[in-house]
Amino acid sequence: MPGSLHRPARVTAKVTENAKTVSLILDTAMPASPGQFAMLWLPGVDEKPFSISGADPLQFTIARVGPFSDLLHALQVGDPLWVRGPFGRGYSAGTGRTLLVGGGYGAAPLHFLGRAILAAGADGIDAALGAKISSDLLFVERFQALGADVHLATEDGSTGRRGRVTDVVAPLLESGRFARLCACGPEGMLDSLAALCRASRVPAELSYEAYMRCGIGICGSCEHGGRLVCMDGPVFTAAPLNPPGTAAP
Amino acid sequence: MCALASGSVDLSCRIAGIRLSNPLVLASGIWGTSPALLERAARTGAGAVTAKTCTPVPRRGHKNPTAIDWGYGLINAMGLPNPGIEEEVRLLEEAVHRLAPLGVPVIASISADTAESFGRSAEIVSRAHPSLIEVNISCPNLQSEQHEMFAASAEAAANVTRIVKAATAIPCIIKLSPNVPDISAIALAVAAAGADAITAINTMPGMLVDAETGAPVLANRSGGISGPALKPIALRCVHQIASVVDVPLIGTGGVLTGQDAVEMVSAGALCVGVGSAVFYRGENTFSLIRDELAAWLQERGYTLEEIRGRTGRSRDSRSMSNPPPVPGWEADSAR
Repeated sequence: MPGSLHRPARVTAKVTENAKTVSLILDTAMPASPGQFAMLWLPGVDEKPFSISGADPLQFTIARVGPFSDLLHALQVGDPLWVRGPFGRGYSAGTGRTLLVGGGYGAAPLHFLGRAILAAGADGIDAALGAKISSDLLFVERFQALGADVHLATEDGSTGRRGRVTDVVAPLLESGRFARLCACGPEGMLDSLAALCRASRVPAELSYEAYMRCGIGICGSCEHGGRLVCMDGPVFTAAPLNPPGTAAP
Repeated sequence: MCALASGSVDLSCRIAGIRLSNPLVLASGIWGTSPALLERAARTGAGAVTAKTCTPVPRRGHKNPTAIDWGYGLINAMGLPNPGIEEEVRLLEEAVHRLAPLGVPVIASISADTAESFGRSAEIVSRAHPSLIEVNISCPNLQSEQHEMFAASAEAAANVTRIVKAATAIPCIIKLSPNVPDISAIALAVAAAGADAITAINTMPGMLVDAETGAPVLANRSGGISGPALKPIALRCVHQIASVVDVPLIGTGGVLTGQDAVEMVSAGALCVGVGSAVFYRGENTFSLIRDELAAWLQERGYTLEEIRGRTGRSRDSRSMSNPPPVPGWEADSAR
């Protein structure tokens, strides 16, 4: 039985993505699909879940939001970091053109997803990225380099459309060009996207964040309306947070 | 409704006067944190559900890492995170309300640091009208911070049992620890003190060490082992307890399949606790185990009643087609 114990990895590269975000590239791989997450552990400090932004080599894109991510940002090339995973359910392979929607650092798993979609020969991707200010936008150049049509929104209007990312998504959905929408970001954004997708009848796959403890579906810490974000998600199809029991035998 | 889903085999059972449509009980600590998750376990085939253990005051629990699949089982040290008993009463009320139409009993679970506090908790939690109250005197992850667990001593375990029995009219299940030299002595003591049922067993203490750094992996250093590694330990404990008391048993530890449940009932359990299995078998864990158990019985023409406790009768050739001579068996059946 292999289990899922931590294994030590080393940072082989550290890439500054924006003012708050770095990508750590590790000297290992993980058989993960886009949307899945792994646990990052610093012995004696803490362990937290992070979405995987690349599987081979293993990569995490980490926003600086608290003491633990401060420590991850302080890691240098050659430093060790312990990983276990992958966990959870990611995005489906999908067919047709996909609209990727990222709110703030929520774009972290979407570039990985975009690469996987294009590698599978699907009909291409658009990326709609939003943030409060332009320096918080993530992966703009990376999506452009993939050949994606990129649509931007910032709340202060410093880049792209002034407003929220949902403002640029609404007309894109109405265009009828997209077979599905895949998103990751704050819950309010995801809820708005779910409503937009329902109205325009575009299937949606939405990745939710939650306070997570065990990460393996037993403790209940990440429960949201009867669903476990770590085990049933983090990626849910639209209207994911129905009352439980709808799938009762 | 569960009995129907399991074909013609009647899996229903009655523990301390409470009817279950099948013997599978969601073990405490798994999914028990919210009414919605308890309902999910009930709707997916659990015969009864046990809420997460609550304590008199809220607890945040331990830092991560708190739970790990180490290959032969799980190990966890959640540290009993819970919102405290007052909030738990509200959650239990909602769970009781949601599960009543499903015919699935709700079991409250309490822990405290003194026997008197156990009594007060039993009284408070009774306000929510759970069908049963499980008295968790055996959590391995509180031991170091508070006291020796009550389940470590026959006298302390019996004392808690007497006090909770005096504090509530709701039947009480005492949850025992495998980490004692003679679990049958503890079982005898709690049975004599009035326990309506016994859950055997809680997790077994253990730890993981990271080879690279030599550091303990769990933030709490040690934790409780569950899953496949726990099953042989649980079977032995259930067998030992069933050999000395007639109190109904919820056999808990490493049950992942219908065949595991058969083994647990054979060892002497009336009901079968299911916990870590949800990690191994996913969202349909309860219906899978329930249907496997029903199929096993049906294929052999047995009822649950007929297989219960047959491990203890296994020297009687009439109850087994191929009675194995087991060296040392006599020494193990402590009576």
